[in-house]
Amino acid sequence: MSPTGLEQLLATKEVVVFCGSGGVGKTSVAAAAGVTAATRLGGKVLVLTIDPAKRLASALGLEGFGNVEKQVPAEALKAAGLEPRGEMWAAMLDTKASWDDLVLRHTPDTETAYRILENRLYTNITGRFVQSHDYIAMERLFDIHATGTYDLILVDTPPTRNALDFLEAPARMADFFGGRLLRWLTLPYRMGGKRGTRLLNVASRPFYQMADRILGSQFLQDIAEFFLNFQSMYDGFVERANAVEALLHDRRTTFAVVTTLEGAPLREAEFFCEQLVARKFHLGALVLNKTLPGYLLSPEGARAAEAMGADAGALAGALAELDGSELADVERTTRVLRTIGESFQNFAVVAKREAELRTELARQPDVVATIPNFEIDIYDVAGLARIGEHLFD
Amino acid sequence: MTAQPDLLGRRLLFFTGKGGVGKSTVTAATALLAAERGKRVLVVEVDAKGSLPSQFEQGPVGFEPRPVYPGVWAMAMQTEESLKEYLRLNLKVPVLGRLGPLARVLDFIATAAPGVKEILTVGKCCWEVRESIEGRADWDLVVVDAAATGHIIGQLDAPRAIQELVQVGMVRTQTDWLVELLSDPAITALNVVATPEEMPVNETIELVDRARAELNVPLGAVIVNRVLPELFTHADEDVFSALRRPEGEAVLAERIGTGAGTVLEAARLAVSLRRTRAVHLTRLRETVALPTLFVPYFFVRDAGLRITRMMADALAEELGV
Repeated sequence: MSPTGLEQLLATKEVVVFCGSGGVGKTSVAAAAGVTAATRLGGKVLVLTIDPAKRLASALGLEGFGNVEKQVPAEALKAAGLEPRGEMWAAMLDTKASWDDLVLRHTPDTETAYRILENRLYTNITGRFVQSHDYIAMERLFDIHATGTYDLILVDTPPTRNALDFLEAPARMADFFGGRLLRWLTLPYRMGGKRGTRLLNVASRPFYQMADRILGSQFLQDIAEFFLNFQSMYDGFVERANAVEALLHDRRTTFAVVTTLEGAPLREAEFFCEQLVARKFHLGALVLNKTLPGYLLSPEGARAAEAMGADAGALAGALAELDGSELADVERTTRVLRTIGESFQNFAVVAKREAELRTELARQPDVVATIPNFEIDIYDVAGLARIGEHLFD
Repeated sequence: MTAQPDLLGRRLLFFTGKGGVGKSTVTAATALLAAERGKRVLVVEVDAKGSLPSQFEQGPVGFEPRPVYPGVWAMAMQTEESLKEYLRLNLKVPVLGRLGPLARVLDFIATAAPGVKEILTVGKCCWEVRESIEGRADWDLVVVDAAATGHIIGQLDAPRAIQELVQVGMVRTQTDWLVELLSDPAITALNVVATPEEMPVNETIELVDRARAELNVPLGAVIVNRVLPELFTHADEDVFSALRRPEGEAVLAERIGTGAGTVLEAARLAVSLRRTRAVHLTRLRETVALPTLFVPYFFVRDAGLRITRMMADALAEELGV
């Protein structure tokens, strides 16, 4: 492990993207890195988070929705025993609002903007279209970065089916809105002159007849109308998607892959590390989260646990000699000792599995941080600071 | 607590849950259990991550169902294949000649219009069930490793969403029977897998609320995975405290070595982890008002069929089958 942990990385980069499969604790790790960076490194630090647990959100002052960045009050950091040198900011991602902003920015006039905003297909896409979260997260990052307000931006990535989806989101969005198919599909409507009026002789071709039969002409018309309007913002959109992509590849941007030491998340993390390198993104750190304590692997512990089970009766007898009533019941003490020994052995099995998975990790970045499995839920600034200590040291 | 649901008595079971909670293992274990109770089971993997067949220690499966265990067949959902099958069966057009450009367009629409991809997925699952009910296929049960909590509403609501968007045409007629089948409590159940941790429990509670409000699909059970054991009774706990006092620890260290302290510390950790999680369990049970099945944490090294079996046994006990 590098002597500096994540500290060096956070001190030199402007954007750190935390990624990994669902349930590994990306949000807490990103927030913890933010609290610790603001405390130790100073400057203005922003954590852009997607869907934090409610208690964590309120700890960061992120109650209610909206796309506005909010400062975590210095008092909140001080109350947790920290002496912040810088400022900690946090923002949540509101996908729908971000899309609406995007439409308003890129459309040539308000009329077109509102036609898009009111289109049924648009409402559906932005409300439910899975991939739209990925894109909008990156888009928002670009936006905030471009303002130059923050020294460091930490991004918590949305839960995706595939951890790579959000990397490809900008390019895919550009393809999507610029594709030839789109033009083809909207052809009868475009040739009709007036928006939404379909040119019949084109529409009578077999392809369109088939499409009508399957989907119904009303639906096709909705699609056509939506894309005709959307095309007006195509240029701005593509330019923007390319800029977002460039920012992700920039030297000032790095990626931190978060994982637990469990089979499936770890495999995904490895795959992700490989892909980041293959696509020439900067892989800065690997964070092993929620790991079991190392003492579970100690040979002395294993021996004692075994003896505790095997000699439980004799041990209980010796313990009954002690003053105090709790250990007087030899039978009860025997049972408790057996349980304790067995529990150690149980957890040792899991700890061994974790250790093996860890040594099997093929590609590792220079910085690998290990965070223990905290016995309590982390939902306040003090808890985040504890995670942060493990990230930094 | 509500009476245990007759999950295995239905025809179509969807499993959802937050990422990382063990959704695929629970899906596979349910299939294994049903097969061992004499049913012919089709398992459908919706997100083709390949983790479902690995629960049976089998390599990846394709769109065509393949046996992975006695009584269990598995398939991976591929929307394009599903579309081809649909067109072949319903349009009765010479698909091969025409499908080229049409498939590209539909693929494109599927990306653009939410619901198309989803309906091809849900539609295929429902179709297998309907064929079986009407005697043209012989699945007793179709078990689906469905989308995660964030996307499951969109997936299962697709037929209704399409009904809203598409007012006429063949697709419209086709969605009617889908909606009917999905909403029949004798046939279908949506089950949620969770672990006793804050976020999975939050997502489960939110999902159950949303499903009740927005979805016309009956809810089955909540399956809580990785429940840590309660080590001590209340009286045992006093014994444990006494053991951890310096005199107690000294007696143990003298007889079984310095590792005694480590072992006691590990037990304290186990108690503490269990306690933190118990809070979420209580919250879950008090909020969702659904039958809740508990699956213990398995302290074993390997994944694969062994875990699937252990889980199937745990589910059998919880379901009383």
